Amino acid sequence: MTAQTVDNTPSQVKALAPIAWKFPIVYTILALVSFIFFGLIGRDGETTFRVATGGDFFAIPDVVISSTAAGLALGIIVVIMAAVSIYVAIKRISLGSWFPMLFGILFVVSFLAWAGGGSGGVIPLTTLLAGALALSVPLIFGAMCGLVGERSGIINIAIEGQLLAGAFLAAVVASVVKNPYAGLLAAPIAGALVAVVLTFFAVKYWVNQIIIGVVLNVLVVGVTSFLYSTVLTQDPELWNARQKLPNLPIPILSDIPVLGRVLFDQNILVYIMYVVVIALQIFVFRSKWGLRMRAVGEHPKAADTVGIKVNFTRVRNTLLAGAIAGLGGAFFTVGSGLAFGKEMSAGQGYIALAAMILGKWNPKGALLAALLFGFSKSLGNTLQSIGTPVANELLLMLPYIVTVFAVAGFVGRVRPPAAEGVPYVK
Amino acid sequence: MTTDISPAAPSPAPPPSVEAEDGKQQSLLQEILSGSWLVSLLAVVVALLLGGVLIAVSNAEVVAAAENFFAAPGEFFSTLFQTVGNAYSALFRGAVFDWEARTTERAIRPLTESMVSGTPLILTGLGIALAFRCGLFNIGGQGQVILGATIAGFLGYAISLPPIVHMLIAVIGGIVGGAIWAGIAGVLKARTGANEVIVTIMLNSIAGYALGYLLKQNWFTHTNSANPQSRVIDDSSQMFLLLPPPFRLHFGFIIAILATIFVWWLLERSTIGFEFKAVGANPHAARTAGISVSKVTVTVMIVAGALAGLGGAAQVLGTEFKLTGGISGSIGFDAITVALLGRSKPLGTLLAGLLFGAFKAGGYLMQSQTGTPIDIVLVVQSVIVLLIAAPPLVRSIFRLPTPVLKRKED
Repeated sequence: MTAQTVDNTPSQVKALAPIAWKFPIVYTILALVSFIFFGLIGRDGETTFRVATGGDFFAIPDVVISSTAAGLALGIIVVIMAAVSIYVAIKRISLGSWFPMLFGILFVVSFLAWAGGGSGGVIPLTTLLAGALALSVPLIFGAMCGLVGERSGIINIAIEGQLLAGAFLAAVVASVVKNPYAGLLAAPIAGALVAVVLTFFAVKYWVNQIIIGVVLNVLVVGVTSFLYSTVLTQDPELWNARQKLPNLPIPILSDIPVLGRVLFDQNILVYIMYVVVIALQIFVFRSKWGLRMRAVGEHPKAADTVGIKVNFTRVRNTLLAGAIAGLGGAFFTVGSGLAFGKEMSAGQGYIALAAMILGKWNPKGALLAALLFGFSKSLGNTLQSIGTPVANELLLMLPYIVTVFAVAGFVGRVRPPAAEGVPYVK
Repeated sequence: MTTDISPAAPSPAPPPSVEAEDGKQQSLLQEILSGSWLVSLLAVVVALLLGGVLIAVSNAEVVAAAENFFAAPGEFFSTLFQTVGNAYSALFRGAVFDWEARTTERAIRPLTESMVSGTPLILTGLGIALAFRCGLFNIGGQGQVILGATIAGFLGYAISLPPIVHMLIAVIGGIVGGAIWAGIAGVLKARTGANEVIVTIMLNSIAGYALGYLLKQNWFTHTNSANPQSRVIDDSSQMFLLLPPPFRLHFGFIIAILATIFVWWLLERSTIGFEFKAVGANPHAARTAGISVSKVTVTVMIVAGALAGLGGAAQVLGTEFKLTGGISGSIGFDAITVALLGRSKPLGTLLAGLLFGAFKAGGYLMQSQTGTPIDIVLVVQSVIVLLIAAPPLVRSIFRLPTPVLKRKED
């Protein structure tokens, strides 16, 4: 559209950007994989997509498709899409983010049809998506925490520790008070406490923030595991009894098949997550608070010159971020109805960090990246349970590889806030 | 309150106010190099005291005595000191010298056990310390250890060679594995500027999953068992013992000492080591002086990964003798704290590795004898490193004078 008008004016021809071949190449490779492996030499048999779960408002019958036919049909579609991507790349048209998403969905569906075939497997679609969301919730909270911290100029590697601390305190308080909502109040405090130590060393003593983060993670693992082994296991009924936040289905919305069930039949923590993501997306870019936060993270001296209290802003935002991560940690325990277990955050904080970077320090992007991580993990779990030719580990590895490529600049320029990690000294 | 600089700590050793552009890397280096051994010692003391508090408050007897504090304060203190004292004396007996043992062998065995636990920590810690000196954060020790252990272990049972040669080949495999894994991060950093912290963290997970995958493949594990673990390595590839059997001290410890000397030589006596340090001190100045920063970045990561891979090889060929999913334990992350505690100097890392090895070895005895969970060791270790990272804090705790513009020793 606009590209063509530019083409017609010869004086501006030189200014054209070089053709971006990266994405068309990736699309083409994936499309060929999909077409050849899932379509042409696909596996015989049928794949059942089970949509219905026990108590649906109205039952939807299982969708049964032939593995090969579906592979072929979807393969042809993605090959066409790959061709389109080559065409638009040559024409230098930007398609927006719907194109890769649609491509990704089609690819995954054709993969599922292939994976489910042969073994006669039933793919429980709703369970798959619900699992993806559940696995993403702590990641999303964690990524939001990292985002707020780094946008204000404090690198937070301690997300892992904050999640774990949140999970611990939520479980203990909920168990002692015998009310899961009490745990929900306690979790942010735990996360913020870790943030207090982080900012104390980072802002007051100018200690390298990556070092503090790494060490704080070890510290939180140590303290929670120690208390778990000594106090919690002595009287688990008192200290570590399971408490589960009840599901609060939203009327009407939760009756929508598949997505409604997945998104709107959840506990309050998940709804809080929606609110946090939407609020951050608006406030980071559209409010005084967000503007100041970004100013402090990009150019603290300039911010100071116009009267913004740099270190105060950083401390306040990092504490807020810690509280957000603490809430995410609560999902491991009261959010899922589990008792606290040693090291139950299992590296999710680091993944949240990756999701934040993959999402380019943007709430929306971080949300999508976290969902990608959650989905691939859920997919791994599902495929493992139905028994497929693809090894679980290789699937689980994918998001990490994607992140490495993303950080290496494959998915456009990834630029962190300019002043992150640099202590501000007047 | 715009700035939070406390009057109690007027001059945190180096003035990080210097040039904001490279403040990050520069202050890291200075942080690690600055401070004195006294601060390290005091940090250990404070950490042990804090650990003692944690042991006390989680102990039912102490809590019961505390409830009767006003009735019998003496009893409270005796219970307190007894509980904490028992835990720490068990830690010491498990780590250094067991005076309750019946035979001399058993009495001195704990010290060798500390060396055994310390060996992979020293090697991996050296790798991380080396990267720190060059201003690189190698958080990927875990992945490099896994790769090193995987290749070394596989070579240890998959091929048959005469003794010693077999072990050396397996060790070289481990070195190559670690070097490749860290090299990926180095190349990406040099070529695209990809943040090495994130890349190495991702590579840790990828390595973990890759090992998990391989351990399910029979061609790899050389077993038919469903357990995700490999065959035991051949005798010819095991690192030979330095002392007769009740002791487990193996050749890996010698390798660790040799590696320490090598890293010292590299950093202090070699041209390339000078380039490493120059880049770590100020990449822009180094570039101006004609040093290729990207080449140095890649080289440092490869050497660092090789050292970590060596740590993995020592773990599988000297201690574990077979590959399991948990072969690396938490070596990669512990090694970061080892490098920090050792102030990223070779000798310091060696001593720090021995100390943490001692904590690990002693922690087991403490757990089995006094019921104090080994996790307390993590708390003590992390508090030590936190305090060491902030010398002004330790100085203000102990009211120590602030050193007058301390110069770098080397």
